Amino acid sequence: MAAPDAPAAARPRPRPAAPRGRPPRKSSTSAAMLLIAPSIVFMTLLFGWPMVSGVLQAFGGPEGLTTANFSRMAQDPYFWSSVGNTLLLIVVMIPIQFVLALAMALLIRAKPRGSSVYFYIWAIPLAVSDLAAGLVWLTVFTDRGYLNSVLASVGMEPVSWLAYDNYASMFMAVLIAEVWRATSLVFVIVVAGLQSIPKDYEEAASVFGAGFWDRLFHVTLPLLRPSLQTALILRTILAFQTFAVALALTGQNFPLVVGETYRWYTGLQDANVASALALVVMAVSMVTAIGYLKLLRDQSEAPR
Amino acid sequence: MSHATTNKTTSPESRPQPEVDRRPLARQRRNRILLQVGCVLITLFMALPIYLIALSATSSRAALQEFPLSFIPNNFSLETMETFLQSTGILGGLINSIQVGIFTLLLSLIIGVPAGYAVARFAFPGRDPYQLFLLFTRALPIVVLSVPLAQLFLQTGLYDSILAVVLLHTALALPTTILITSSVFLGVPRDVEEAARIFGCSPVQAFLKVVMPMAIPGIAAASIFTFVMSWNEVLGASILTLNQRTLPAQVLSSLAESPLAYRFAGGFLLVVPALIFIFFMRRYLTNMWGSTIR
Repeated sequence: MAAPDAPAAARPRPRPAAPRGRPPRKSSTSAAMLLIAPSIVFMTLLFGWPMVSGVLQAFGGPEGLTTANFSRMAQDPYFWSSVGNTLLLIVVMIPIQFVLALAMALLIRAKPRGSSVYFYIWAIPLAVSDLAAGLVWLTVFTDRGYLNSVLASVGMEPVSWLAYDNYASMFMAVLIAEVWRATSLVFVIVVAGLQSIPKDYEEAASVFGAGFWDRLFHVTLPLLRPSLQTALILRTILAFQTFAVALALTGQNFPLVVGETYRWYTGLQDANVASALALVVMAVSMVTAIGYLKLLRDQSEAPR
Repeated sequence: MSHATTNKTTSPESRPQPEVDRRPLARQRRNRILLQVGCVLITLFMALPIYLIALSATSSRAALQEFPLSFIPNNFSLETMETFLQSTGILGGLINSIQVGIFTLLLSLIIGVPAGYAVARFAFPGRDPYQLFLLFTRALPIVVLSVPLAQLFLQTGLYDSILAVVLLHTALALPTTILITSSVFLGVPRDVEEAARIFGCSPVQAFLKVVMPMAIPGIAAASIFTFVMSWNEVLGASILTLNQRTLPAQVLSSLAESPLAYRFAGGFLLVVPALIFIFFMRRYLTNMWGSTIR
């Protein structure tokens, strides 16, 4: 391809201060502007406008700007437990998902017999919503569900997995449902990343006597860094938005932050506090994404 | 493997054959078996829950009351699904969901395909900030948009309409559509387009007659992706509507007071499209995720 801009376009994350060497042609510039204009107008209307009014709403009250919405939010008994639950879920879930997804991607790369069928089945949860995932696992964890049926048939006492006073098993149920649903996304990203790594590197390492783990940690994983970084940021931001899986499995017993927003808006009908909660979710997501980028970039630019 | 072949070539014929080292072969076979065991275990984890929800949704109400539950489909019945589909708001929600999905898909293609083409073909000033802007909007949580949008739609009279949900879903899908279509257009060689121009096509003709046919499969994949996103999105749809619920919003809002059979049937109906979509998209999945989100 003769296009000098192709490499930059293939990697849409631009360096901030890269000066463009070529003077842009006039006609193509105006054509391009014409082509992207509708999207800019649309996005400004549907992202910019609500963002501004969301901030105003979060700080808005009957008499001018106030932080009362935030203090009402923080005083709600469910708020801090929802924050704690969300963070705990993310901290436990993300490592499990990455190890599992990496293992799945390596299994697929080894080309077992029937690998296309495996790939299909493992990718299905990618298109399952968190509400549906919660309902799917409800068949397993509900009191007269399949898990207790198994226990009963081997002569053990059934357990109320989703009961209010059984926090550990409730957490496990939500965790398993989320691992089931969202590992596929990481899996597909990692498979795509593995496909872009030439086999030569690993073969070379193998010739020089590197074992499986050596090759994994010193060849494959470093080369996979961009994919893993993408997956990590995307997955964490999406994980903050999880809520329906917990609602479907436990009702209000396992509150998550976005679920609280939903409750404040639909149940308690207080749009101001809901906006305040939404701002908290956004702030945390942004800080996490930037934090990851900084952390991972610093490491990748360290001398090798 | 290379080890074994060098062994063979170096051994002269006169001497007795050295014993063949079977260990690598045995190890290879053991690895193949372990590989299959791993794959089967993960497949069980991924597929068993889907089987169980399908089983629950196609069992009669009486069979769902039994305990312990049977893992074998021995009393197939459409009773549960029928009751669910006849509940208030479900059929309407299903129709709304399909409508919202299709309109979202069309709107995001109409706005997204030209933008994706521009990003792929032109080096215009501001392209990098534009792409950064797209990535940023992708990272915004849905909840941040939904609550203020509900207020804005209330003021403008769009609240509780299909259009409201379509607008929100298009805003959510548009960044992805632009990034995917731009990578699709990057895959169409520029030479082909230039050849069409030389033979007398206008830029628009060259695009419609030459570039689009080559880009259609990738754009179809992007469309399916958009539809899936819209089909699955529940939070925004619940906040923006009251009577014109989409299917997931309807299921979510009646979750607390509905019987288990209703929830199982709802879960199954929500999962079925995933089985179909992923089947058609499976070849495109890695391309889409590999090239677009980095």
